[in-house]
Amino acid sequence: MIAPQHYLFHTGLTSIQGPLIFVRNTQGVGLYERVEVLAAQGGVRLGRVVFIADDKVIVEVFQGTEGLSLGEARVKFLSEPILLNVGPSMLGRVYNGVGVPIDGGPGIVAKQRPHIDGNAINPVRRDVPREFIETGVSAIDAMNSLVRGQKLPIFSGSGLGHERLASNIARFARLRGKHAEEFAVVFAAIGVTFDTAEHFRREMDEYGAMQRIALFLNLASDPSAERLLTPRVALTAAEYLAYEEGRHVLVILTDMTNYCEALREVSSSHGEVPSRKGYPGYMYSDLASIYERAGRISGRPGSITQMPILTMPNDDITHPIPDLSGYITEGQIVLDRDLARRGVFPPIKLLPCLSRLMNHGIGKNMTDVDHPAFAQQLYSSYAQAHRLRLLSSVVGEEGLSAADRQLLRFGERMDDVFIRQDDRRRTLEETFDLGWMLLAELPDETLVRLSDTQIDDHIKLHRHGR
Amino acid sequence: MSRAEIFWINGPVLKAHPEGNFQMKEAVFVGDDRLVAEVIRLDVDAITVQVFEDTTGLTPGMVIEGSGLPLAAELGPGMLGAMFDGIQRPLRAVASTYGDFIGTAVVVPSLDRQRQWRYQPVVAAGAEISGGCCIGEIQETADLMHRVLVPPDAAGTVEWRAPEGSYCIDKPLARIRSPRGLVEVSMLSRWPIRVPRPFRQRLALERPLLTGQRVIDTWYPIAKGGASAMPGGFGTGKTVLQQTLAKWCDADVIIYIGCGERGNEMASVLEEFPALEDPRTGRMLMERTVLIANTSNMPVAAREASIYTGITIGEYFRDQGYNVALFADSISRWAEALREISGRLEELPAEEGYPAYLPSRLAEFFERAGRTKTLAGQESSLTVVGTVSPPGGDFSEPVTAHSRRYVKSFLALDRDRAQARFYPAIHPLQSYSEYVSCTAQWWQHHGGVRWAERRDRMLTLLQEQARLEKMVKIVGRDALPPSQRLVLVCAEVMVEGLLRQSAFSETDRYCSPEKQAAMLELIDYFIQRAQALVEGGVDPDTLLTLPVVRRLQRMGEDISNDSLGDFAGLTRALNDALDAQVPNMQDESGEQKVVGE
Repeated sequence: MIAPQHYLFHTGLTSIQGPLIFVRNTQGVGLYERVEVLAAQGGVRLGRVVFIADDKVIVEVFQGTEGLSLGEARVKFLSEPILLNVGPSMLGRVYNGVGVPIDGGPGIVAKQRPHIDGNAINPVRRDVPREFIETGVSAIDAMNSLVRGQKLPIFSGSGLGHERLASNIARFARLRGKHAEEFAVVFAAIGVTFDTAEHFRREMDEYGAMQRIALFLNLASDPSAERLLTPRVALTAAEYLAYEEGRHVLVILTDMTNYCEALREVSSSHGEVPSRKGYPGYMYSDLASIYERAGRISGRPGSITQMPILTMPNDDITHPIPDLSGYITEGQIVLDRDLARRGVFPPIKLLPCLSRLMNHGIGKNMTDVDHPAFAQQLYSSYAQAHRLRLLSSVVGEEGLSAADRQLLRFGERMDDVFIRQDDRRRTLEETFDLGWMLLAELPDETLVRLSDTQIDDHIKLHRHGR
Repeated sequence: MSRAEIFWINGPVLKAHPEGNFQMKEAVFVGDDRLVAEVIRLDVDAITVQVFEDTTGLTPGMVIEGSGLPLAAELGPGMLGAMFDGIQRPLRAVASTYGDFIGTAVVVPSLDRQRQWRYQPVVAAGAEISGGCCIGEIQETADLMHRVLVPPDAAGTVEWRAPEGSYCIDKPLARIRSPRGLVEVSMLSRWPIRVPRPFRQRLALERPLLTGQRVIDTWYPIAKGGASAMPGGFGTGKTVLQQTLAKWCDADVIIYIGCGERGNEMASVLEEFPALEDPRTGRMLMERTVLIANTSNMPVAAREASIYTGITIGEYFRDQGYNVALFADSISRWAEALREISGRLEELPAEEGYPAYLPSRLAEFFERAGRTKTLAGQESSLTVVGTVSPPGGDFSEPVTAHSRRYVKSFLALDRDRAQARFYPAIHPLQSYSEYVSCTAQWWQHHGGVRWAERRDRMLTLLQEQARLEKMVKIVGRDALPPSQRLVLVCAEVMVEGLLRQSAFSETDRYCSPEKQAAMLELIDYFIQRAQALVEGGVDPDTLLTLPVVRRLQRMGEDISNDSLGDFAGLTRALNDALDAQVPNMQDESGEQKVVGE
């Protein structure tokens, strides 16, 4: 797109406002062109052209504008968009938030230099994701199944153990049957603390998994504008691993809330008209340009499965960050403070959870022919139990009928036996067994989502056959 | 051609100094790559354009070239079964030329110029013909006769017409001597996407668009030619419902627009539709479907254009005399695209950053729906169904609030239902349809004379249930008298038996009108018998424990459209089970008198 030309150096800074610098006399500069800003005291900062009017441009500087001065800073326009070097042996390495190795190892030998924003996959070339991933977590496998190529975020709150859940999934996840190869994991830390990132790395190391992981770290202490690049850089690497090297890649992005806050910060410095809670009106499209990079392409062997993590401000699921994410992603896993307080791990709150692609990946020839009805019935009974729990908190348990008390007990057993599993991996068969056992504790007439045969095959078996 | 030189670039919006004349909404081409764009504002010394492709790398000084024509859709055979992006680029052809990803500078004509179609003329040379009339036909699919129409403003005498034969779409098929000169007609025509196509007159709505969904057809019908909005927070099943309607509704042509939604969803439509049969004609669903996909990560200006491209194609088939149903998923993403462009233009925002012209744009869009008499005098219709994605599920936000001003069917999707996996999650009390009265007559003929009465009874039951559930929250269910507990029992059976319908169940995903009527009748019968039993002293909650009542709640799943005879068996089983309750009735009749109302 951008015609090759000599690098242009400029010193005509007219203004610096937050992460933005304004430059004059810039003939031939293109939109979204990569920029390097050189401070007088040394050091190179990465930036990007975001607005052009005649010979004036606005540059977003991703690595902070501290210490720049109008007279001395120099700006270099590179006539190309922001690119990432990708090539063999990218796994097992640690990178900073813009994709430069920081583990002391050699640089990446570039086989390709893709644009970090990527291009949209042509919808006709997408394959519908349908390979069931066994995550080893009952609440996900049975009731919100994940499939390869899906984007399934974890909506969490501070202190609910989402990173622990994510690292469990990264360790446990495998396909069923013969092709049970493991995932390559791309982990993008976006504005998280050093401890969080280090903990994840150590945990993976402990299980000998470090060789299939690439870590991209933008830590809490790194400049916030850089967070706009980190998920894109990580996904560009993931696309190379998936579509060029044919790997199945699980991308964990944590914490997208920090990303959105950086987006708001940069947007407000542009003086843009804000939408809800000060976030820019284009946040939906912006998040989509990240989340939509999950998928499968027909005829290519690899896949990208995304598990973005975001902490809901004040545990509020209607906050713009979880809200817009939920509209883009293919479902969500929601963590709950009450369950966490009661010591249930993972504290997965079943009712608001959803996997939109579940029906593509479960059932006959994939998991079990009765899996869909099983999940439906668990959900339906659990929702009834939840309603009764609210009711009994007002009228007391004595106000409930015997059948209702049975349902209430079922709800508690679900929390304590089914959802709770600490860090132990469960196979899908163990999960099924556990679920049928709990359903068998309910009277037949409440099981309206099950057919007569399903009741005979599973429920009666559990009641009498053991 | 007029030209302009870029001096200002802000995302997808450019400003340029013009030389020569540009028109509002004119299609223009930007730079050497000839990116497609549209003029959205004119000043004396500047034009403003929105670009439908990625603008990375554009620099000041690049040239914008005018086309002299508004942005238009290409219309002709070859659209059915195809998938286009928001500005009608054929995505299959794009993929075969440009690969798996959509880059920039994509130049592929919307319709295939090489393909030949078998054409049969229907007018003779020398005939007088008026605008919008048919000059010849192409059997495009087994069920759809594609009619080649004279442009609306080109009435006159047919001077020459091509004989029967196979032709490419741009070959002339007739020449018409009209007041504005000699007009050449081929299969290919163009129509500006933002201008509604003309028709002779609007007709009153009187037939339901049958969707096979009980909660819609029986409770909140959509009329053919009507407009409907489906708002719902994320995860309430808007897209699944929308796709279900696109699959099973009884329209001749379906336009499905994925406007700013997920790529995987479009892929699943592409995968599923060709494998599904229309329950009425037995033909593959894909043969009647045109897909427009501008996913959320594709350029935002093209997303704004996508619904106009879609509705123009819909009107084109409507003008051939067909019943067309258009599904737009989602109207909110279109409105957000409008907001984003408006923000880049630094226009003064109205509510929540949306431009002040949002309501009028929405009105223009929904008003393109209607039942019409075409210029050729045929009856046809265009039904518009749009999903709305309100932030936080709050229906008071601008897009939901303004949409409901222009639609008469409002299907509110409810988060609580969706969370309990109760689908379709349409809230029966928050939803409404003003098409009930105009479709009631059709139902009287197809669902029995007492259809309207039964429907009303069910609605009353639901309202009662909502009221009583508030009381239960305070006093507990056991404290209610049997007559009120009966209402709760009946409502539960009705909700589970009639309103719930799985889009993934092969027997129940499409429910024929006959099956709907039979189910409605059976539930109504159960309610009447249950009432009599409870009045006679039977405890209403014992009814819920009867195995036959469990079967009643599963009848949608267990009885298929082809075996309606099974309803007689179920009725007998119900009668036997309820008859067996009669002794209980006599035993407890003494107590009953004390508690009853």
